Amino acid sequence: MSILEYNGSGVVAMCGKNCVAIASDMRYGVQQTTVATDMHKVYKMHDKVYIGMAGLATDMQTLVQRFRFRLKMYELREERKIKPNVFANLVSSMLYQKRFGPYFVEPVIAGLGDKNKPFICAMDLIGAPVYTDNFLVSGTSSEELYGVCEAMYRPNLEPDDLFETVSQCLQAAVDRDCLAGWGAEVYVICPDRVIHKTLKSRQD
Amino acid sequence: KRRRLTMADILLGVTGKDYVLLAADRSAARSIIVFKNDEDKILELDSHKLMATSGPQGDRTNFGEYIQRNLQLYNLANSVPLSTHGAANFARRELAEALRRSPWQVNSLIAGFDKKGPSLYYMDYMASMHKVDKAAHGYGAYFTLSVMDRYCVKDMSLEEGLSVLKKCIHELQTRFLLKCNSFILKVVDKDGTRIIDMDGNTVEPPKPKTFNKSDDSDSKADE
Repeated sequence: MSILEYNGSGVVAMCGKNCVAIASDMRYGVQQTTVATDMHKVYKMHDKVYIGMAGLATDMQTLVQRFRFRLKMYELREERKIKPNVFANLVSSMLYQKRFGPYFVEPVIAGLGDKNKPFICAMDLIGAPVYTDNFLVSGTSSEELYGVCEAMYRPNLEPDDLFETVSQCLQAAVDRDCLAGWGAEVYVICPDRVIHKTLKSRQD
Repeated sequence: KRRRLTMADILLGVTGKDYVLLAADRSAARSIIVFKNDEDKILELDSHKLMATSGPQGDRTNFGEYIQRNLQLYNLANSVPLSTHGAANFARRELAEALRRSPWQVNSLIAGFDKKGPSLYYMDYMASMHKVDKAAHGYGAYFTLSVMDRYCVKDMSLEEGLSVLKKCIHELQTRFLLKCNSFILKVVDKDGTRIIDMDGNTVEPPKPKTFNKSDDSDSKADE
C-alpha cells in the first residue's frame, strides 16, 4: 500500500462568488482500521486562509505546527496577516525543501486574497502548485472527487449554494472510498464571516 | 536483521467520567520465544500520567524512559507538571523528529488526568497523535475496538469501564491466536495512578526482581 494511502482522506476546495469553500472527511484510520472519526484535516491559518491536508497524518500534524510557526514569524516581521497566494508559495517551498525525503502530504489551500478575491491552490507532495478558479481536490478519494465536482460545479455560487454543492460532492465521493468518510467538515470563507459545519455522513 | 515492530503486543485504553483505564498484556516475546510473563508495559510518566507502549523491547523501554525522564526534568525546572496534552505533544514531537533519522518503532497510548479532566491519546509509531475515548493497538485492536464501540458509554463509572475491559479481554482470550493469560491494569484519576485488578481493587506494584544471592530462596537449598 502506498504511504499516501496509509491514513486515507478526501479534501476538496471550491470557489464561489466572493467566497471559497474547503471541506474534508473526518476519518482517522490506520490502513483498514478506523481509529477515530473526529480528525480535523482542514486547519485555519487565519480568518482568510485555510489549509486542508491529505496524506500521512503524522506529516500533516508536523506541517501544521511548522506552518503556524512560520505564520507567527511572518506576522511579527510584517505586522500583517499573510495573503493566501503568499502562503501557498510558502507551503510549496517548504515542501520542495524536502524534495529527496518528502513530507507525504498533498495540501489544498483556500482563502480570500486582495479585495476578497477567492483563491484556491493545490499541490503534490513535493510542492508543485496548481492554481485554478473552479475547484481542486486531494486525497485517496481524489478521482471520485474529480468526477463529482466536474459534474456539480457551477461558477459564481452564493455561499449557501456553494456550501450545499461542496457538501454533496464530498459526501458522494467519499462514500465510494473505503479509506475516507466517517463524517465531513465544511468551511465556507466569506469576507465577513466563516460558515463552519460538521456533517454527519454515512458512518462506514 | 533490524528489529521489526510486531503487532502482537496488546494495549487497550478507555476513558470514563473521571478516570482513564489502561490495560496491557504482560508477555514479552519475540518470534516464537516468550522471554517473560510479568512484563509491565505501562509506564508512570509522573504522578498523574501513564504511557502504555508496544514494540521491540529496546525501543519500547528506551522511548518510554526518555519521555518519563524529560517530563520529570520539566517538572523540576518549571515547578509545575506539564498537562496531558503537553506531554503527549512532546512525545509526538520526539517521535516525529526521529522518524526520518532513526525511527522508534513504538506504538503508545498516553493517559492522564489534569485540570481538564481525564484524557487518552492514541499515538502511532509514525507519530500521528489523536485524542480518543477508547483505543487499542496491534492485533488486539481488531478484536476489541468493536467490543468497546458496543459497550462504552459517555461518562462511564470505573465499574462500567472495568466491565468493558473484561469483555475485551475475554474476547481476546477466546478468539486471539496468541495466549494472553495475564494483563496489567492501571488507572489514572484525580488521586493519581494506581495498579488495579479486574475487580477494581488496588494491588501492590510488582516487586522488582533482585539478584542478591541472599534473596534467592534456591541458594538456601545449596547450603
